Amino acid sequence: MRTAPAQRGDVELRLLLDALYETYQYDFRGYSMASLKRRLSHALERFGCPSFSVLQHKLLHDASVLPRLLEYLTVTVSEMFRDPGFFRTLRQDVVPHLKTYPSIKVWVAGCSTGEELYSLAILFREEGLEARTTFYATDINPDSLKRAEAGVYELDRMALFTDNHRRSGARCSLSDYYTAAYDAAVFDKTLRRRTVFSDHSLVSDSVFAEIQLISCRNVLIYFDRPLQDRAIGLFHEALVRNGFLGLGAKETLRFSRYAPAFAEFAPRERIYRKGGDR
Amino acid sequence: MTRPPTQGSRAPRAVVIGGSAGAMTVLASLLPALPASYPVPVVIVVHLPAEGPDGVADVLHHRCEIAVKEAEDKESLAPGTVYVAPSDYHVLVEQSGYLSLSCEEPVRYARPSIDVLFESAADAYGAALVAVVLSGANEDGADGVRAVCRSGGVALVQAPKTAEMPAMPAAAMAACAQARVLSPRGITEYLCAICGGRHVS
Repeated sequence: MRTAPAQRGDVELRLLLDALYETYQYDFRGYSMASLKRRLSHALERFGCPSFSVLQHKLLHDASVLPRLLEYLTVTVSEMFRDPGFFRTLRQDVVPHLKTYPSIKVWVAGCSTGEELYSLAILFREEGLEARTTFYATDINPDSLKRAEAGVYELDRMALFTDNHRRSGARCSLSDYYTAAYDAAVFDKTLRRRTVFSDHSLVSDSVFAEIQLISCRNVLIYFDRPLQDRAIGLFHEALVRNGFLGLGAKETLRFSRYAPAFAEFAPRERIYRKGGDR
Repeated sequence: MTRPPTQGSRAPRAVVIGGSAGAMTVLASLLPALPASYPVPVVIVVHLPAEGPDGVADVLHHRCEIAVKEAEDKESLAPGTVYVAPSDYHVLVEQSGYLSLSCEEPVRYARPSIDVLFESAADAYGAALVAVVLSGANEDGADGVRAVCRSGGVALVQAPKTAEMPAMPAAAMAACAQARVLSPRGITEYLCAICGGRHVS
């Protein structure tokens, strides 16, 4: 698109991502660059670096930089029962299919700080599926995984989460699942007794189980198209025949080369189903 | 790394528009003036509560010759098309000429954010960009306009006295001295003229 030579900042950004990959095996080279550049520009301010090159030097020579940099590289904005219609459709239309399986595996891919995982764990408990389900909650950011495992959220977020939960078709109150302690909501730890938290990268890792339901919502938007296709390919491989894939409200398989291998199960809620024999 | 501040020295390759309260009125007269063959893409962020699934794009689509649609993730930008940010997502322009959506934190309480759109578009198009700030009650867009001007692009600002809510255009003017201050009609004429489109009569 641009005819003029790439700006120096873009060259430095590419070199920083190369350094990150070669040194720490975190591969962000296939991410959506506009958003990544924006987040890394904020990181420059935080680390007091005048350029990506200076940040690269810091990253290579000071191991304590990496975990703090990951906060900027990965997007951890999330909420419980985000898009309540998605969860309502899961309850009404997907759960009846899942009930036909003697054991169920659910993969929350890119689980970040755990809001989506707890939403699903609560929904599965409410729908009587919890006892036969194993949840895999995976992310590349170890700090996010720790927070997901802790299941503690700011109390002032509960009004939104409670409203979302109610609109998802819940028959009880979200407050049944957490206790308030000062300004924090601590979620019932039995909600995660069936969850395996694990470091897993959609960029470089492979399939680890046969899955009935994958939730990967608002993760793929941070990937460029080839990387989106890699991730969708992983999902296709991991899903059992007729398994379900839930994407974010503005994500679609339409542009993916795997589009023909999935059926639109609930188009409005972006729930797809793996096709027959492919 | 610095570009000469030769405003509008290059033929525009994209138009970005941002607005908030009071902006829909202006868009409702501006966009119908653009021909279906408009030679560049137009990307819009308007802060409005969602009115159904496709909100803003739906409202505008019926009144326009030019195609109006909601912006989708990784969609290639095409001429003759208006892309409207979906509610609750930022829209960014990638250097390779497509759009990305993002759920990152709101910026100045706004998601979608005008600053996020404008800054990414300035980075992608440099001097070949026209950015327009319309009526609004907050200061979103001011940083974006500054980035557009710094890259040599053209900034148009709705004259505050013609805006239902003057705060947003006023902040944009304060952020960027080179911004041209125009009435809604002046903005429409500018956008039609720069690309050889028809003039409003």
